[in-house]
Formats: sequence, C-alpha cells, structure tokens
Amino acid sequence: MALLLEQLLNGLQLGVMLFLLAAGLTLVFGIMGVINLAQGSLYMVGAFAGAALAARTGSATLSLLGGIAAAAAVGMAMELAVLRRLYRRGHLDQVLATFGMILFLNQAMTMLAGRQPLFVAVPPALEGAVEIIPGVPYPVYRLAIIAVGILVAAGLWLLIQRTRLGMLVRAGATNREMVRALGVDIRLLYTLVFGLGALLAGLAGVMAGPVFSVQVGMGEQILITTFVVVVIGGIGSVRGAFAGAMLVGLVDTLLRAFLPDLLRGAIGGPDADALAGGLASMGIYLLMAIVLLVRPRGLFPAHA
Amino acid sequence: MAEPLLAVRGLVKRFGGLLATDHLDLAVLPGELHALIGPNGAGKSTAIAQITGTLRPDAGSIRLAGEEIVPLHAAARVHRGMARTFQITQLLGDDTARDNVALAVQARLGHSFRFWRDARRDPALAAPAEALLDQVGLPESRRALPVADLSHGERKQIELAAALAAAPRLLLLDEPMAGLGAAESLRMTETLRGLKGRIGMLLVEHDMEAVFALADRISVLVYGRCIATGTADEIRRDPAVIAAYLSDEEGV
Amino acid sequence: MREHPARERAALLLLLAAAALLPFLATALGSPATVPLASRIVIYGIAAASLNLILGHGGLVSFGHAAFYGLGGYTVGILYAHLAPGDPFLGLIPGSNQLAVTLPAALLVGGLGAAAIGALSLRTSGVQFIMITLAFAQMLYFLFASLSAYGGDDGLSVRRPNLLGPLNLRDPATMYWVALGALALWLAFQRRLVRSRFGRVLEGIRQNEARVVASGIRPYPYKLAAFVIAGMGAALAGALMVNAMRFVSPDMLHWTKSGELMVMVILGGIGTLLGPVLGALALVVLETGLTALTENWQVVLGPILVVVVLFSQGGLAALFRRRPASDAPGAAGGRLPRLLSWRRRHG
Repeated sequence: MALLLEQLLNGLQLGVMLFLLAAGLTLVFGIMGVINLAQGSLYMVGAFAGAALAARTGSATLSLLGGIAAAAAVGMAMELAVLRRLYRRGHLDQVLATFGMILFLNQAMTMLAGRQPLFVAVPPALEGAVEIIPGVPYPVYRLAIIAVGILVAAGLWLLIQRTRLGMLVRAGATNREMVRALGVDIRLLYTLVFGLGALLAGLAGVMAGPVFSVQVGMGEQILITTFVVVVIGGIGSVRGAFAGAMLVGLVDTLLRAFLPDLLRGAIGGPDADALAGGLASMGIYLLMAIVLLVRPRGLFPAHA
Repeated sequence: MAEPLLAVRGLVKRFGGLLATDHLDLAVLPGELHALIGPNGAGKSTAIAQITGTLRPDAGSIRLAGEEIVPLHAAARVHRGMARTFQITQLLGDDTARDNVALAVQARLGHSFRFWRDARRDPALAAPAEALLDQVGLPESRRALPVADLSHGERKQIELAAALAAAPRLLLLDEPMAGLGAAESLRMTETLRGLKGRIGMLLVEHDMEAVFALADRISVLVYGRCIATGTADEIRRDPAVIAAYLSDEEGV
Repeated sequence: MREHPARERAALLLLLAAAALLPFLATALGSPATVPLASRIVIYGIAAASLNLILGHGGLVSFGHAAFYGLGGYTVGILYAHLAPGDPFLGLIPGSNQLAVTLPAALLVGGLGAAAIGALSLRTSGVQFIMITLAFAQMLYFLFASLSAYGGDDGLSVRRPNLLGPLNLRDPATMYWVALGALALWLAFQRRLVRSRFGRVLEGIRQNEARVVASGIRPYPYKLAAFVIAGMGAALAGALMVNAMRFVSPDMLHWTKSGELMVMVILGGIGTLLGPVLGALALVVLETGLTALTENWQVVLGPILVVVVLFSQGGLAALFRRRPASDAPGAAGGRLPRLLSWRRRHG
C-alpha cells in the first residue's frame, strides 16, 4: 500500500513534467499551427544550463532562473531565425527544419558539455523527505515538482480562460486569419508565445536535473513520450494535455514499478525482467493505440 | 405526388448551443430542380454537408430513393447516385481537367485497386472524361493544363463534369454561379436547364435571377428550418418568406 | 505534360547499366571500399523511395518509416539466429540464411507491421499522424531493445554468409549487384504503381482529399494499401542492409533513422522517381565527407538541412530541371529532367 502510494506520486511527478512539455507544444501548435520537434531540445537546454549554473554558483535559485532563461532565449532565437518562416508551410517542412535543429543542438551540446551524464544535487532547501502518511516518507523535492507543475497548470488555465491570449488559443490555428484581423502584433505575439513554450520546457528541464541524469538525447526521449500525451489528450487542447500527461505519467510509472514482479510470478526466469522492461516501456504506446481505436481525436479534442 | 428522390426528415444539427439545422424537412422529386435559398447563416451549407455525408447529423433521416443514407460514408453516397459540386471548387490543382474528370470516371467503374495499367492511357477512362468535358463545354485547348492555372468559371465547369461522371440521380449544387461572370453564369444556367428532367437537382444559390428562372420548386431556409416550399410564384407571394428573406435581400 | 514512357525507360536502363559497372571501376581505381559504400547508398535508396510513395505521392507525412526498415532487418537477423542452433523460431519456423527465404519473410513481416500501425494511425491525419507514426516506431524500438534473446541494445551479428542460390553475399560486388537489382525492380514497380488507377487515387489524396471523396472514393483503404506497400519496401531495404552490414541492432528502428529517410526524400526531390535515390547518395556522401572532417558532423548537417528546407524548392532534382532539355547531352541527360521533374508541393 505504501509502495503504491509512492509510485502514484512518482507517476504524478512524471505527469507534471510531461504536462509542462505538452503545454508548450500545444500552445505553439494551437496558436501558430507549427509542430516543433525541437521542444525536447529546449528541455535539454534548460537542464544543462541549470546543471551548469548549479555546479558553478551552488545557488538553486540562479540555476532555476538561468535554466529557464536559457531555454526561453534559445527558443525565441529559433523562432526568429527559422520557425517564423515556416508558419505558412506544410507540416513536412516544419518537421524537417526542426529535425535539423535537433541534430544541431544535440551535437552542439555534446561539444560543450561532453557525453558523460551530469548529476545535479537536490537544492539544500528541498532535501530530505516528509512522511505523507505515517510511515511513508516521500522526497520533498519530488513533492515540490508536483506542486510547481500544478501551479503552472493553474496559471495556464487562468491565462487561457481569462486573457486575450487565451482567446487566441481557444480560437485555434484554423482561425489565424481572424487573429490577424484583430490587429494583434502577430509577429511579436508569436515570438512571445514561442518563448513561453520554451520557458515551460526549460522549467521542466531544470527540475528534471536532480531526478533524471542530464545528458544529450534526454530531449527526444521525453519529446516522443510527450507526443503520446498530446495524441491521447487531443491535439491543441491544454485540458487534454493535462489529462493525457497525468494518464501517461501514471500508467508508465505503475507499469515499470509493478510489471516485473507480476511477470516474475507468471513466467519466472531471467527473461522476465527484460521482457517486463520492454512491455512496460511499450505500455503507453499501447494505451495510445487503445485511445485511437475508441476516440481517434483523443480524449479532449480541441474543436469537437 | 411521386416518391421523392431525396427525402430529408427531422434533420437536427447542433454546434454547442447553436441549432444550425432545426428539424429540417425537405423533398426533391425525381428530375426536379429544387432550389434551396435563405439568408446567410440560414444553415444551407450545414444542410448540404449532412446530405452529402461530410457532417453527421445529431438526429433525423435522409433517404435517397427510399434508402436511408445517414450511416453511409460520403463516398458510398456517391455510388448510390448522389454527386455534388462545391461552393469553393475542390479539384486536383496540379492535374489537368482530363485527370480530374477521369478520377471520377474510374470511381464509377468500381474499385481502384488496379496497380498495373497506365491510367492516363486507359481509353475506358479517357473517352468518358472527354465526353463529359464536351457536355459542360470546356474547350479542348484548356483540357491539358493544370487546373490551378484555369479560370474560376472553368473550374466550376470541370467540377460539374466530374459530378456528372458519377452518373448521378441526384446532383447537389452548392452555389454553382458564385463568382461567375455574366456570360459564364448564363452558360451554367443553360447546362443545368439541359439536365432538368433527367437528374434531380438540389441547388443552393444566391443568384435569385438564376433560381427563379431554373427552379421547379423552391424551399426557403431560415434559422435551420424550412419555412416554405413551393413554385417560384408561390414563394414570391408567401408572406413569411417576404418577411424573413426577400425584403431583407432587396434592402441590400 | 507530354510523357514518353518508352524513351524514359531507355534512359533508366542506360543509367542502370552504368551503375552496374561501378565495381569494375572501383577495382580499376584501386578503391575497393567504394563498393560497400555504394551498396549502402543503393539500399537506402530503396528505403527512401518506398517512403516517397506515401510521402511524395500520397502526402502522408509518416515519421515512423524506420520501424518497417528495422522489422525487415530483424527478420533476417532472427531467422539467422535460429539457423545455427537449429531450434525453430517460436518452435515453428526454422531458421535460414537463404535470401530466397529471408527476403520474402522480411517483406511479409514488414507488411504486417505496416498494416497494424497503418490501420491505427491512418484514422487520424495531419500533425497527429506524424506524432503517432513516430510513437509507434519508438514502441518497436523499445521492443527490440528489450529482446535480450536477440542481443537487446547491442544487436545481433549475422556471421555466416547469406546465400542467394549459388551467390555468396559476403562478396561486396555480388552484394552490390543484388542490391542494385532490387532497387531497379522496386523503382520499376513503383513507377507503374504511381501511374496506375491506384496511383491516381493516391495522387488525388495528396492534392485534395475532398475531391477524392466527392468522386466516390473512400480514401482510407487506399492510404492503408499504400502504407503497407511502402512498409514492405522499407522492409526489403532493411533485409538487404542486414545482409550487407552482417549486423542488426535497434538503431535501425531509431527515430533519427526515420528522420534521415525523410531527409533523403526531401534532399533528392519529393514525388520524383529518382529523387530519393539521389537524396540517399547525397546524405551518405555528405555524412561520410563530414565525418572525415569532424566527428561533430551533425553540427554542420543540421543547419544544412534547415537551409535546404527554407530555401530549396524541390531538392536536388530541381537543380537538374533548370537546365533546358536541349542542352543536355545524350539520351540519358535529356531524359533526366523528366524523371526528376519537380512538382508543386502541398502541405
């Protein structure tokens, strides 16, 4: 029971990380109609910048701010240099150009930071564990991640429900002409939205540092999982992104935690672990397949 | 009254709180040209989309020659004898007029899981396509150009030819005159007049001159509901129509 | 719009004959390493051409094509792994190192995989389709990485020679000719396919799906059939590659491989017959050349790719087209522009 609770919290923690990335993808897709594969690279940039600052300064606050700022800056630079030329192009061009940027950013990061994974210490203020229920300790840092994720989700909800920007998101990519007609400074708006998406990815990256190892390739790993989230949740909907992220976070974590034991009980032998690992990593994709069969447009499609 | 070719009954479509189609009843008789008119936003396009099968109704029945077609895919409805043209032409822009019509011909001939023979050199496709283009009056000289390079009026002609390739019993025409010049409009009117009696037609059109000249019967749609159906004279005299629509139109 | 299939065919055969001479040329120039490199290019050419069928002709942006390439490769690898110990796969299927057995098996497995993934992902379109194909390919990647019986992450070696009747594929020149033959057959097949009624439907789907539906054709079965055929093409390439490299690993299914295949198609010229092969040539040569200069070659390749996407309209194939046909020397040169002709691109 204690183990289950712990794993549920772990699932929630993975879920909020995925949400931060999925929300960025959704904002960018919802407003500009662009699919940005390099969203994962921004997550990586945030993680590396945060790790480097933490190592140099020892300050968690600087690490956080620096990581976010680095991701947002790289993101806006990407938008200004490349992506803004792709808004009117097809998805194929967007995919290829952002694929090129991934290759570049990954290799550039390897040149800067090397191939060895970096490990980041948990900030002193968030060290240790608390007992969530008597007898079940849980790391404070992970609880903090969950709290930050939920705060960001609430903030985004307010942004989308209460502001002009949110109206633009809800209007969706199909009404971009209308947005232009409203006389919004579209170029600036797009750059800022892209920056916001990058910032969320960077935030996830910085927070990931002490939990996962920081290494080149971490971005694509989580990016593809984020795609699963977006497909399950329903494309272009922030609510869907949240639901999908939680679902994927929980399913993935629980499968990885409990499937090996189940399989060992069922078939036994040394192959059980490897097989369980494989099946657990396939689990969320199978979940996606089931959702596609039942609701091809996802659980919360944006424009039903 | 003969059995209707197309019978729409109690059709309902909601978008959120908006009732776009409000228990619509509509009947098109065999060989009749039936015009569907109504002010902008009356739900004409929504109705057409449900009849052709691109939009699923929330309730109601659509029968084509007695057969319920609501469960059928849009493509299957074409095989049952219901072809359409679009308000904004939907053609293969890189391809020629011949290719566009030939695609519809090959669809009528059965499935297209034929992997070997060069379709462009297949007389079974080319000959009917040429004949249809003759019928709608597209000049020979325009038939080998990419459709994207042709005029708006020519594209409307090609789309009509492609629709006729399905050998339809019922033709749904979504604003075939829209954007046409006076001469083109006249030619389209003549082409449609030539089809009357052989093919039932549901014509959505804003060009009232064309509607009153062509239509056997007219239905007036307001707020998703059919408020009147009758001959041109009956519609002109109908007080509800005058109140809801014609006065409005003349004021513009 | 005038086409001359007969002359085009002659030009293609001439080109094929020239390509077949490469091993002799390599020996004469004392550069034997060129032959395996050429085999890789030819095999990637098959994979890229098969992707071009759905991407260029059907407008389906599949980001998971490496899945079928890898399935084909693993079919060969796994059948080989069951040959030496003599225990049949799943207790039923005996192992083999005969190309006449493993190649059809790879096509079958690739086709079945594509049918399953295609049936699900083609229920969607646009960005969702891109994400789903990518995700399913990643799922297979994880599957093979976890199969410890077949090497897991490290992959599987295929040490004994793979045989095609009396031919031993360990000989680089033999391998090259077999691969070249496969490419020629695949391109000939695809060329016919694209011109057939089926190909017209596919082309229609790329240009305007609403038109296809209004003509009375349900797009889904045709998309799925094209997806399966393309998957089989990729599996063919994967099977050949494992024969050429004598090695299979999960890297064959890695998402970057799907990306590279897309890059080849775009680099060479989407929707053209020879474009993908040219693209494979360009990417492999670029990669080999850049690797010689710096181990960080991707830092150069990435921006090149971005620039190509931003500024080129039609890839390498478009360069050939600029030249007026009358200036081009000889039959082959004169026909090349047609074979590579660029078409308007739609999202």
